[in-house]
Parts: sequence; structure tokens; C-alpha cells
Amino acid sequence: MSRIVGIDLGTTNSLVAFVDPKTGLPRVIPDAEGRVLLPSVVAFTPEGVLVGEPAKRQLLRRPEATVYSVKRLMGRGYEDVKGELRYFPFVIEPADGIVRLRVGGREVTPPEVSAIILKALKERAERYLGEPVERAVITVPAYFNDSQRQATRDAGRIAGLDVVRIVNEPTAASLAYGLHRLHEGIIAVYDLGGGTFDISLLRVKDGIFEVLATNGDTHLGGDDFDRALMDWLLEDIERQHRRELAGRPVELARDPEALQELRLAAEAAKIRLSSEERTTLTLPFEEFTYRREITRAELERLIEPIVARTLGPCRQALADAGLRPEQVDAVVLVGGSTRVPLVRRRVEELFGKPPRSQLNPDEVVALGAAVQAHILAGGFTDMLLLDVTPLSLGIETLGGVVSVLIPRNTTIPTSARELFTTSVDGQTVVDLHVVQGERELAKDCRSLARFELRGIDPMPAGMPKIEVTFLIDANGILQVTARELRTGKEASIEVRPTYGLTEADVARMIEESYQYAEADVEARLLIEARTEADTVMTHVRRALRQGGHLVDAAERARIEAALEELARARESADRDLIREKTAALNRVTEHLAEVLMDASLREALGTGRAAEIIGGEATPPPRGAE
Amino acid sequence: MTDHFEVFGLPRRLAIDVDELQRRFYALSRQWHPDYYAGAPPEVQARALEQSARVNAAYRTLRDPIARIEYLVQLEEGRTTREGATVRPEAPPELLEEMFEIQEALAEARAGGLDEATRRALEAQRDRLRARLAEEEARLTGPLAAAWDAADAAARPALLEAFKRGLATRAYLRTAIEDLERALGAEEGTADHVAHRRH
Repeated sequence: MSRIVGIDLGTTNSLVAFVDPKTGLPRVIPDAEGRVLLPSVVAFTPEGVLVGEPAKRQLLRRPEATVYSVKRLMGRGYEDVKGELRYFPFVIEPADGIVRLRVGGREVTPPEVSAIILKALKERAERYLGEPVERAVITVPAYFNDSQRQATRDAGRIAGLDVVRIVNEPTAASLAYGLHRLHEGIIAVYDLGGGTFDISLLRVKDGIFEVLATNGDTHLGGDDFDRALMDWLLEDIERQHRRELAGRPVELARDPEALQELRLAAEAAKIRLSSEERTTLTLPFEEFTYRREITRAELERLIEPIVARTLGPCRQALADAGLRPEQVDAVVLVGGSTRVPLVRRRVEELFGKPPRSQLNPDEVVALGAAVQAHILAGGFTDMLLLDVTPLSLGIETLGGVVSVLIPRNTTIPTSARELFTTSVDGQTVVDLHVVQGERELAKDCRSLARFELRGIDPMPAGMPKIEVTFLIDANGILQVTARELRTGKEASIEVRPTYGLTEADVARMIEESYQYAEADVEARLLIEARTEADTVMTHVRRALRQGGHLVDAAERARIEAALEELARARESADRDLIREKTAALNRVTEHLAEVLMDASLREALGTGRAAEIIGGEATPPPRGAE
Repeated sequence: MTDHFEVFGLPRRLAIDVDELQRRFYALSRQWHPDYYAGAPPEVQARALEQSARVNAAYRTLRDPIARIEYLVQLEEGRTTREGATVRPEAPPELLEEMFEIQEALAEARAGGLDEATRRALEAQRDRLRARLAEEEARLTGPLAAAWDAADAAARPALLEAFKRGLATRAYLRTAIEDLERALGAEEGTADHVAHRRH
């Protein structure tokens, strides 16, 4: 069998990993520049589509054409996301149950955007492994419902991947830990990412990873920390700079570029406050420069209610598993947001023991996905993951009340059978409404789909006996079949998914993606190379202005020449040449960069602000796939 | 079709060694889990999926002593699907009067909010009902289950009736406790997560 890779499709960053046959260990796959995290950002520019770092750099320049955190929109309806629209600079519109994004003059659905990210990872893996990659295991938050899982699988298909398995993120992480035999017994995996939260409790014993209970919130993560800080900053700016703001043509809170700037600054400050007690945030606006010192305590006051929202699901999972906190042998932290000290403190208080994170919380999910991929490929035969369905599955009965067929935390795959009949003489069609959730009334649960059983022979009411089998497969995705018991014939079922793409939609998108695949790849690689070249040239030109006098004339001349060559190469369509010249320019400016860094450090006089000065334009430190 | 006991090669008895059940569950999972058939032909995959689903359903039912009894009753009555399996909740006769008072207090609470005295009274009621529930479950899974395993064919119909009455009482108590908890404001932190009535 051909190789299967493991993909962590995160809210903030995505990664791809594989199990190295030489060592038998999972490894994350770096891109050509050695980076393993691919920012889950896609930009739709007039020149073409960008993904990852180059797209992230468009966030400030073209916020309305750059999509980030698309995972929060996967498998969701307009009503679900209405409340957070103001945090997204692109236009989100309702469309047949799902949402559609209007970005850069194009209309795309969330699975299509995710597919662009998946395709970039697929290409990365192919380049690294030197062979075509067609099959993948993709991770999702454990608390993802059926629609969100289907949307993820659709994204894989649009990207040209056979999605062999959808696996839950916390369980994937436990596989990575399990491979190293780090923890056995009862394990709690606390997974707080960029946009989602999961808690899973497992019994790990003799290579079997049995999930006992899982809970979570698919709309809770580091993004919410950023938003809380952003809203607070916005208020503070409006208070401090009322006068300057009065003259602005656009209100600050409605200016997409300013908001992006603010969001990124808030995120960077949050990250710094995980290791520092205080940090200064500097935001240059056209009319004024906003400066503000923030302490960790201030941030913690803002995010405390958000962190507290993770504790209810933890307690519920413990109750469902029939466990007391002290019976948990080890608590494992996953996801970039678990770097936040307040999160660690609250987790420690709840479970009464310090949580661990020996494996990199950014990479552990992708590594686990690779382990699961290797199990599926027949590589690991002694490990087995027994996962559960996170939400109860039921059907709507009379009065809108839900009758539960498969309770939450049931080990999957699992099935339930139910008998249905007609209520009117001669009735030939029976409607079923399938929902997912823990509430008593169907209207409070998540509607999954309506099924229409057709072709029932006309009989007196109550005579037909239709047996419907609801099967949740190992991906946590529902399959429904029906049989008329008297005749034994399969009943035909028409499925109308409440949220999601139809088969026809997916087929069309796959077709389109094939059509444009070749051209897309070439175009994108060229654009990426050009964007990278532009960024490096901008930096070098600024460095020359700031510190050109700090190096001798010969060196300046060498740098000028390299700049010139890159500028010429950039106009060609030869991306290898552009990359080569970019690298050359980088090499020739290494000394200048050092000299500049020393100078700024001396200037900063050890006030602790050196990093801020140097990092003025730099991207914040890498964060996890969340 | 094989029943849940047969899936694990166990006799139809209520006394089950759960450690042994878990060992057999793991062994059967290793035999049938779809993960081990990812490269197999579709019909083999379909069979693994079906077998694996059967093993999981059997394990879920048998590892829980109450679900085990509910299933046994269903088997003995010859029902193959869940249809009609839901037990109609029934108040324990000795609690009828008390339940009437509780319902009244609940109605008042719903109409005009809880004053401190009513809250304390309802909390006390809830704790009494919880104790009664634990007692009922202990009776079902303890002496009654043991009696079933020891009984001959002639004694069984009466025991089946006793199980059904006990399950009906249990269902009633659970609903009443949930109503009380809802009125009191659910336990800290779990309010949004336990709205559903589990069976």
C-alpha cells in the first residue's frame, strides 16, 4: 500500500507528518525553508492564490481578501457564526445552510479554503518524500459534530486526497505520547487550540487507547483570548486618543486594516506575556502612535472567564467516565494556547497535579495523526485506538422531543436500529429528522439531516415495518440504511444534509480543482517566490537606510549588486532563479543584520525592550497548529 | 443474530467479571476494528465495520450493570430493537405523597422564584431522592440480580416483573431529581452540559 500522511488542519497553523520507516518514529515535514508550521491563512490576490506565510503577510495589506481561522466556519450555518462576524475582515454570507465567503472578488466555501491549505501540505509532503501523496489521515477537534467532520472530509477530497480517516485531535496526541510509552493508565488530554477546545479521558493499556469520555467546545480557543484583548485595547485607544480619532475618515472599529493590525499586535502581546510579566505594545497609526504597557495580571483578568469555560466540559467528561480528578494518572497539554500560564494553573487546580507537555504542543497532534496513518497502512500492528462519538445521536419524535439512539461517549464504530411505520393509510414516504446534541428538544440540538424513506408499498397505516440502521463509522460520521422488513427490500433514502455541501457540490469542486491544479501550483509557487523576494528586498532597503553607514563601502556595493540582481530576477517567471537570488541576498546581508542588531541592542541599553525594537516588523514567534 | 452475551462468549447471567469483560473486549477489538482492514476489499471492510459495531454495542451494554439488566429484560421478552424498550417511569408507592409536595414546591418555584426556605427544602428532597435512587440501583444490581442468576425457569417470570418495576421506579426518580436540579440551578459548571435526560 502507498504511504498515508497525517495532517493536523489547525485553526491557526497546519502541519503534515509521516512515520519514518527507518526509525519507526513520526516526523513533521518541513517546507523548503525548514518551517514546519504552515499558517492556516489563504489570500486571494489579483495575481493568484497565496497560502501560508506569504498569505499571512497579506493580512495587513489586503485584509478583506485574506482568510484566516476558517476552521471556525467549517460545517457551520450563518446563524452559528453571526456573533463573530465583526472579527472577520472578509464578507461572510449565508448560502443554503452553509456560509460562503466573498474574498478578493471570489466566492468560496470554507471547505474550499481548507482544501487550499491541505493542497499546500500535500505538495510539501510530495516534495519532501519525492513521491505522490494521495492518502491522508486528517485530525479534527474531538467535539466536532457530524457536519464539521463531513466538511473536513470534503475539504480533503477537493484537495485531491483520499481521507482514509478523520481522527480526533486529543486522541491523536495520546497516540504520539503512547508511542513513546510516556504515560500509561488514565490519561486526560487537555487540548486548547486557536479556535477549539477538547478534553478527552483515556485508558491506555497494552497498546490499546480506549477513550472513556470526551467533551469540549468547538468555538473556544486562543482566538478568543486575542479578541478579548483586542476589544480592551480598542476601548483604551478610543479613550486615550479621542481627539486624534475624531478626524479619521473611518471609525477605528470599522477599519479592517487597523483591526488586523490590532489583532496581530494583541496576539503577539499575549504570546510575550506567557514568558514575561509585562510587555509594551506599540501601534503606529497614521494620526498617532499608540503605546501601552500590559501586565500578565491584566491579561489574565481579561481571559479568566474564557479559561473558566474549559472547566465545565472537563468536569462533565470526568462525570461521564465515572472518574474523580484524583484517579487521573497524568494530564497532558496539547495546543499552543496551553502555553498560557493561567491555563496551566487552572488545569493543575482541577486535576490536582501538574500537567505535562514533554512533546511539543504544536506538533504532537500531527505526529499522532502520522501514527494513526501508519496503523492504517499496516505499519504498527500492536497499537489500537478506540475512540468515541462526542455527541448523542437521536431522532425527532412527536412534539419535537429527541429520542436518543446512540448516547454520547459510545465507542465507535457503533450502530443502532429503529423501527418506523406509517401513520396514514397508503402512505409511501416517511420523513426522519436526525439530530446531534444533549438537549431534550430537537430544536435545541444540532440538525444533521432529514431523511426521506421512499417507495413504501401502499398499506394500511401502521402496517409497514421499516428498519432503519444508524451507523457511526470510525470517523465519527453517520451512515443511514433502511430496509422494509416484510418485503426485505432496501428502502431508498434521500439525504438532505442541513449543513454542508451536497455530493454534486463536492464533485464540481473536485473537478474544478483538478482543472486548475497544475496551473495553480505553478502560479502559486511563483507568487510565493516573488512575495518572499519583495519582503527580503524591503527589509534590506530599510536596513541600508538605517545602518548602511555601519558597514564599509565594499560591503554596501556587494549588497546593492545583490539587490539589483534579485530585482531583475523577480520580473522573470523563473521561480528557482528568484529563490536563488533571494538566498544570495540573504547571505550577503548577514553581517549587516548582525551589526544592526548589535546597534539596537546597545541603544536599548538592556531595558528589556530590545526584542521589541528588533522585532518591530518581524512576525511573532511561531505558534501551534491550533 | 448473536446476542450481546454471545458476542463475548458469556452465559446469559447478570454476574459479570468486568476485568474479564474488558480483556475480551480488547481482544475482539483487535480482531475486528476497521483500522486493521483499511487495505482490505470493500466487502471485508464492511464485515469488519459491522462486527466491530456489534462488539462495541455489546460492551457498552454489558459493562454497565443497569444497562445489563435492561438488556436482559428486553432479551427475555423477545424484543430485538429498542422499540418499546423505554421503561415507563413509575413513582414508588411509598413516595407518592412526598412527590406531590415536591411537584407543588416546584410549580411555586417556577412561578415566583426560590426563597431560601424553599430552596433548602428542595435540596433536602433532592438528597433524599438521590439516596432512594442509589438504594434502588443497589437492590437491582445486588440481591435481585443474584436471585436471577440462581433462579430456575419457574421463578424467572416473577423476577422479570420485579426488574421492570425497579427500572420504572429508577426512571421516575431520575426524572424527579433532574427536575429538582433544574429548579435549583444545576451543579456548578455543568449547567450547559447535562440538560439531556439519559436513560
